[in-house]
Amino acid sequence: MLSYIIKRIFIAIPTVFILIVASWALMKLAPGGPFSSERPIPPQILANLEARYGMDQPEWKQLWDYFYNIVVHFDFGPSFKYKDRDVNDIIAQGFPISMTYGALSFVVAVGVGVCLGIAAAINHNSWLDYFAVSLGIAAQALPNFVMAPILIFVFTLKLDWLPGGWYGGQWQYLIMPVIALSTSFMGSISRITRSSMLETLNSNFVRTAQAKGLPTRTIIWRHAMKPAMLPVLSYLGPVFVAVLTGSVFVDMYFSTGGLGQAYVGSALQRDYSVLLGVTILYGVLTISVNLLTDLAYAWFDPKIRY
Amino acid sequence: MFGNDSQNADLATDVNEEAMVRGRSLLRDARGRFVQNKAAMGSLILLSLIALFTIFGPFFAQFSNEEIDWARMGDILHQGRPSVDTGHYFGLDYLGRDLYSRVIQATTISLLVGLIGAAMALVVGTLYGTIAGFVGGRTDSIMMRIVDILMAIPSTLVIILLLVVAGRSFVMLFVALGLVSWLTMARIVRGQTLALKNREFIEAARAAGVSEIVIMFRHILPNLMGVVIVYASLLVPDMILAESFISFLGLGISEPYTSLGSLIAEGAGTMGYGTLWQLLFPLSIFIAIIITMFFIGDGLRDALDPKDR
Amino acid sequence: MTLLVAKNLSVEFKTADGMIQAVKNVDFEISEGECLGIVGESGSGKSQTFMAAMGLLPKNGVSSGSLTLNGQEILNLPRNKLNSIRGSSMAMIFQDPLTALTPHLRIGDQMQESLGVHQGKTGSEALKICLEWLDKVRMPEAERRLNQYPHELSGGMRQRVMIAMAMLNNPKLLIADEPTTALDVTVQAEILDLISDLQRDEGTAVALITHDMGVVARMCDRIEVMRYGEYVESGTSEEIFYNPQHAYTQKLLNAMPRLDGEHFAAEKRVTGERLLSVTDVKVHFPFSLSKGLFPKKVPLKAVDGVSFDINAGETLGVVGESGCGKSTLARAVLQLIPPTDGGVTWLGHDLVSMQKSQLKSYRKDLQIVFQDPLASLDPRMTIASSIAEPLVTFRPDLTKQERTALVEEMMERVGLPQSMINRYPHELSGGQNQRVGIARAMINKPKLIVCDEAVSALDVSIQAQIVALLKELQDEFGMSMIFISHDLSVVRDVSDRIMVLYLGRVVELADKDSIYLDPRHPYTQSLISAVPIPDPKIEKTRKRLKIPGELPSPLNPKAALRFMPSKLRANDYTYVPKLDEVSPGHLVAEHDPLEDILAQDPLAV
Repeated sequence: MLSYIIKRIFIAIPTVFILIVASWALMKLAPGGPFSSERPIPPQILANLEARYGMDQPEWKQLWDYFYNIVVHFDFGPSFKYKDRDVNDIIAQGFPISMTYGALSFVVAVGVGVCLGIAAAINHNSWLDYFAVSLGIAAQALPNFVMAPILIFVFTLKLDWLPGGWYGGQWQYLIMPVIALSTSFMGSISRITRSSMLETLNSNFVRTAQAKGLPTRTIIWRHAMKPAMLPVLSYLGPVFVAVLTGSVFVDMYFSTGGLGQAYVGSALQRDYSVLLGVTILYGVLTISVNLLTDLAYAWFDPKIRY
Repeated sequence: MFGNDSQNADLATDVNEEAMVRGRSLLRDARGRFVQNKAAMGSLILLSLIALFTIFGPFFAQFSNEEIDWARMGDILHQGRPSVDTGHYFGLDYLGRDLYSRVIQATTISLLVGLIGAAMALVVGTLYGTIAGFVGGRTDSIMMRIVDILMAIPSTLVIILLLVVAGRSFVMLFVALGLVSWLTMARIVRGQTLALKNREFIEAARAAGVSEIVIMFRHILPNLMGVVIVYASLLVPDMILAESFISFLGLGISEPYTSLGSLIAEGAGTMGYGTLWQLLFPLSIFIAIIITMFFIGDGLRDALDPKDR
Repeated sequence: MTLLVAKNLSVEFKTADGMIQAVKNVDFEISEGECLGIVGESGSGKSQTFMAAMGLLPKNGVSSGSLTLNGQEILNLPRNKLNSIRGSSMAMIFQDPLTALTPHLRIGDQMQESLGVHQGKTGSEALKICLEWLDKVRMPEAERRLNQYPHELSGGMRQRVMIAMAMLNNPKLLIADEPTTALDVTVQAEILDLISDLQRDEGTAVALITHDMGVVARMCDRIEVMRYGEYVESGTSEEIFYNPQHAYTQKLLNAMPRLDGEHFAAEKRVTGERLLSVTDVKVHFPFSLSKGLFPKKVPLKAVDGVSFDINAGETLGVVGESGCGKSTLARAVLQLIPPTDGGVTWLGHDLVSMQKSQLKSYRKDLQIVFQDPLASLDPRMTIASSIAEPLVTFRPDLTKQERTALVEEMMERVGLPQSMINRYPHELSGGQNQRVGIARAMINKPKLIVCDEAVSALDVSIQAQIVALLKELQDEFGMSMIFISHDLSVVRDVSDRIMVLYLGRVVELADKDSIYLDPRHPYTQSLISAVPIPDPKIEKTRKRLKIPGELPSPLNPKAALRFMPSKLRANDYTYVPKLDEVSPGHLVAEHDPLEDILAQDPLAV
């Protein structure tokens, strides 16, 4: 078991490194440096700027410095657009917010999705089942950028129940972003859970458990649950990635002050270091979540451990 | 043995009465199952209607998608409403352009993005996955390791990165979408290839002296088609969603072309002014496309992979 | 005292094609302590009857009629009442022990929960009972097993766990649905003995569902023969076997090859021309032991030094249990797997060192028929295309019409109606698909055919037809055949000479009569004594030879010396037993005297 964990970590680390290098290379290929703007800059000032940002060094040294700073100091360097701020500052400001409702959305999506899926599978072909499936499909068709306007329209403009923006960090402001972000995943997770559970309920060992005269509750929770959750578990990685990218939009739309606004802003303004920093950060998060789901997989499936 | 010869004689007479029967291939079986799936068939019809809309709709349009209706643009809330009289069947957008034409154009783009993107993912992913799965060994490990690493990077962010770096254009959009979407397809195809590789009929072909390349094309690829079709059809809505998301952020297709994502973004922005139709028309078509594609994809999956086999 | 009484019991299924009747108004009884055998082929409804009794029918299944246990009606009982009966008064064990146990629960936990639910016993008291029962089912190292997971146990051990789990609450009736079909012959014999002993010691009645007449002859007092949902004949064991009335029963009995059958020495078709010469072939696979960070690589010795010859026109039977390497050997001979060592000579040409392109031309004469008829055919090709593929590869000179003509001719020869030419494999039955496989293998009239468990997946009556077909074709085309199977009875029916393999090595090689009448090696003896013979008087009085220990794993270097404990004691682990020719054409691997072997501690092997 320990070796399994170590192997997984050994694979994850080079992935992060490659991510950093690849992103950096991509940035270097971009046309137009960070200093190009409408007014041409006098060459002397340009040289100074480049020296300050370390861009007068040979390419490989730039990469090495960048890499080193990230891995050892967790320092993503200075922002190219906001002269007095570091990428780290920008991230530190926006990340906690994004993470809060991002994590909340993830938990809500998984929690509701799994419960709905299990309930549907247990009551196969009942009204609950059809309802859950329809709900699931409908939800999947409502990605965050569709849900958000609808939510604002209904709850803010028409009913005036919930605030449209984000002014203080109180819980009311969380409701709509979380709903908008989690809806479509609730749908897909519930469908996967349902079909996996249905398949598990048809397996031979469930039949044995029935033959033993065990009560249905025991069979579902003790025998069927873990094997049924395995496919759901492998899906959680991609869900997390999607929540991350979705949060970019939610940040923008609800003006949360989260990282997404910085990200889109930097994309439009060609602030490459911020762009890069956020991408790498999100990449590392993704890799970590994948690692965690791999480990959880081992807990669910003894064949991997022994 | 009892029954052997007479049994076959009976069978022979029975069947010789009718002409030589055309066998029910798996595909025909699947088609039969698909047709019976009401949700899938309904979706297919709806989707076809939408496609027809994009093809024949322009014949009814009275305005182009760029032309600003100067007369009415001053008061969109009242004069820009959808009406048959004014010729603006879907009303005006916030700039005074005919929404009907814009929706047609946006739908066309979105459908194209979906189909072409999915097709690219299909081709690249299938080739990659088949080779990885068939060759196996270290090559397979390395190829899949690459896929794993690439999958760890949030794809939408990569698309945005690419678009920013290389500039916004049609071609770039397709390239970017294709670049990130082939990964899952490759994984799935590789898994299927591995499963097929160990099936006995592949061994039988080897024993019959068929060469490896011929085996790959004659035996493995046709048997992959089922899975590939299903996942490709499930990719289409994902492509449309991804593109819409990017457009919504303002990073997608540039003017005067639009996609449903951009239209929805615009419509969402003007919701507060009461011009609801600007949101409703593109949104409805968008949801319709997504839901129908889901049902079709599900229907295909059920049709091609029945559990009772 | 009658325990279980069924009257007018029917089971139907709602399908897209309407209601299908699986069981049609059957009546039967089981008395306390007796063993009732329900025999039938696939689709006869024999399992469905008892699934209905246990309330295990799928959602679209409907059962009607009456079924009483001890006077109480149990058919269609509501779930909670049924749960107090099943698992306690009435228990069931199934065919495939691997998938029948919950993979993520330890053995001990799975066993204890049954006690908790039915007898309210938990904790150490429950553990004690579980251990008692594991001992009763002769589980080696019982205590250790309680903490293990199902995938860590062998097939035989898992079935023992299933039986123990079923018996925990002392049921009056044990329903066994094909309990040994998935197990090796020697393991099967032990499990059957176990069930038989439990029947005697605990007074449990047994309902044994199976397709194997030999098993039934061994175990059952009374028998019901089932076909298409009906009981075509009922009677005591003696009546059914010695005086079968119904034509179907007679057909079943005739179709089953008997190990002790008298086979007239056929006129030797053997022409004496040496076709194939296999010399000391070894196939070793690198295997990663233990999933540690730096896993040890141990060679898995699937085939470890096998030599034999085949002459034109003769049939060599290859017999062995799981892990003996018979399938790997066949593939190594055909060069589908490259041998790690040793030589394979075909008509004087060395196949092992040959280039792939050269080898291809020889493939025309070396063909193979596989075990799973459906899996060995490409599902996307019509059967005509599948049969024609070898023609396309080796006879490119033929036109399409000529090919089709040859295919049609071959189809007729194997008994497939020509109108099926455009059918797909999934539209055909198992037997028909196997005919397609045979047609494909024979279309180029090869000189040697390997049949790798070619009839093992078929029903008994179909099996007999296919075996007859193979013999006919062999005669007509003058082919040689390597017939691989785990079923010694069928092998003896088909072969001229028989080779017995154990863990990748030959333990005995002799002609088919000598192997049965004069087996020298202890393994051969134990194998023969374990094969059930469809004859109650003989079966019930046979003495069985049990070699201690489970079927060992090929990874265990000591396992190969199971029959030479003297070498094990001397710590000589690399010794290779020699093959002695005890009489002309009869080779036996070296082994210690029987008493020594039997005296071994089973756990040490």
